[in-house]
Amino acid sequence: MAEVRLQQIRHSYNVDAGEETEYALEKIDQVWEDGGAYALLGPSGCGKSTLLNIVSGLLQPTEGKVLFNNNDVTSTTPDQRNIAQIFQFPVVYDTMTVHDNLAFPLRNRKMGNAEIKERVKTVAEMLDLTASLNQRASGLTADGKQKISLGRGLVRSDVNIMMFDEPLTVIDPHLKWQLRTKLKQLHRQVGFTMVYVTHDQTEALTFADKVAVMFEGEVVQFGTPEELFLSPNHTFVGHFIGSPGMNFLPCELDEGFLVFSGNRIKKSAPITQPETTKKIELGVRPEFIKIDSNGFPVNIIRIDDIGRYRIVKVEHSGYFFNVYVPEEFEVPTENLRVSFDPQNTHIYCDGWLYDKKEPS
Amino acid sequence: MITRVPNQKAWFMVLPVILLVAFNAVIPLMTVVNYSVQETFGNNVFFWEGFRWYEEVLRSERFHASMTRQIVFTSIVLLIEIPLGIAIALTMPRKGLGATLCLVLMSLPLLIPWNVVGAMWNIFALPEIGFLGHVVNSMGIDYNFTQQPISAWVTVIAMDVWHWTSLVVLLSYAGLTAIPEAFYHAAQIDTATKWQIFRYIQLPKIKHVLTIAILLRFMDSFMIYTEPFVLTGGGPGNSTTFLSTDLVKIALGQFDLGPAAAMSLIYFLIVLLLCWVFYTLMMRNEDQ
Repeated sequence: MAEVRLQQIRHSYNVDAGEETEYALEKIDQVWEDGGAYALLGPSGCGKSTLLNIVSGLLQPTEGKVLFNNNDVTSTTPDQRNIAQIFQFPVVYDTMTVHDNLAFPLRNRKMGNAEIKERVKTVAEMLDLTASLNQRASGLTADGKQKISLGRGLVRSDVNIMMFDEPLTVIDPHLKWQLRTKLKQLHRQVGFTMVYVTHDQTEALTFADKVAVMFEGEVVQFGTPEELFLSPNHTFVGHFIGSPGMNFLPCELDEGFLVFSGNRIKKSAPITQPETTKKIELGVRPEFIKIDSNGFPVNIIRIDDIGRYRIVKVEHSGYFFNVYVPEEFEVPTENLRVSFDPQNTHIYCDGWLYDKKEPS
Repeated sequence: MITRVPNQKAWFMVLPVILLVAFNAVIPLMTVVNYSVQETFGNNVFFWEGFRWYEEVLRSERFHASMTRQIVFTSIVLLIEIPLGIAIALTMPRKGLGATLCLVLMSLPLLIPWNVVGAMWNIFALPEIGFLGHVVNSMGIDYNFTQQPISAWVTVIAMDVWHWTSLVVLLSYAGLTAIPEAFYHAAQIDTATKWQIFRYIQLPKIKHVLTIAILLRFMDSFMIYTEPFVLTGGGPGNSTTFLSTDLVKIALGQFDLGPAAAMSLIYFLIVLLLCWVFYTLMMRNEDQ
């Protein structure tokens, strides 16, 4: 168990390419507390797996340091770092039984037989694998195999950090939910520092206490699921979290007010926009747009009924956005008027959140 | 209820296949079966002999001797080529120019016609003028494959190893490159040794291609004809006369069609049986 610090991590896969060095990771600074559950969330190619491999020691960062409990481990190997990793595809030793698979890392570390037996038994119980302990690992289903690779990490009680690299990719949808719950429960039980890499927001938000959203090699926001939802730091986070994502609309700052297409939305703390800004937008989640007879008029383009609520796509003077309407509300077919919740409407300059401090 | 109108026209679609199989497999095989149970004195006069030729072949010491030689040869060749092939595949680079170079180098022996391989090794190993023969003799080892059975055996085996190890290498290499990186990462995290990685990851993962490699090498070496025929002609004496060499001697040298046909069928059944045994043994434990 360890606290993990990443200091000024930068990584490039083509360091020798001279001036055209492309960085897969740009300056990552993170602190993961001992025993915490974290997620790295981002689309394919954002550098999250690269970061994971740097933490596990499979990859050496081009620049920066990795600290475990304030010890520099940057140049050590995965086994020296004493980490555990669960991969995208289940990794099991096919010819061994489930028991031998779980015992393998312990036997290699020269643990006594009685102790191994005890550990394997405990972990098998945690993972509901007791019934198949004497079966060959190759005969198990994908989720069973994934449990084995999870178990090979859990048997070692002194693991510094446990990492998951999109571990539910090959699991059937109806089992995903079960395994996810299991993971959360195990985290509470064993208290390892756990990092979960995924591109699926549901997995990240349900598993982690804090989520690092990555985009083009950078962590654009590191916060609790609530923070990511209520005040996305960057338009990317707004788009990526939530379904549908945040609405982004062009706006102006006029005499201390945020103005969208002639409608004053709210008072804005920064009275004028910075001169260097190329693009200024307002961001508001579909959940924070209300049907309001005092609002501004919109035209309905499309209504998608998703069970408990409806997503209404509307248009106002050439701009389109989504409105979230719970099922108990009627959607008027004519003269629909909506208003934005001022508290949850944010200003973004060149993609970054601008009005972090709300005027009281 | 919908009543189905029987339509048998689809059979015409499979007719070409049936004809093809008949002409290239069934009819030639049945001709051999036909010969194996009859005696002929030419002019298409045949006499029914029943299983006499089979009994004769199975009791003949000559058949026993060439069968023994065949089994010994195949066993030695498999025991050398399979481990050697895996070992070479393990050391070959996985990426870049080196990988391409190795693959081309490995494929070369497989591209040489069999009789050319025989001729090459014949000249290469000749005691006086051949490079190999000359070097070995000048090292003080008495080596002459045209006269000493041991030398002949060593040469035939060396030739086969040179010619066919590549096949095992290429198949194993294909199997090894298909193993995802994650397995090696996991093994590293579990502090597995090199031997454990081989034993628990690499070997199980290349099992299927290796089975194919062993089966191919078994069948090919069990039916080997061209190379030893060109190299030693089955000699000195009968020391390198394997089953197919012997068969050709009986069928075309002595023109004993009946015994030759019986021997062909026995030979065929042995290959088939051993392949089945090999396959079943190696695929055992698969779905447990």
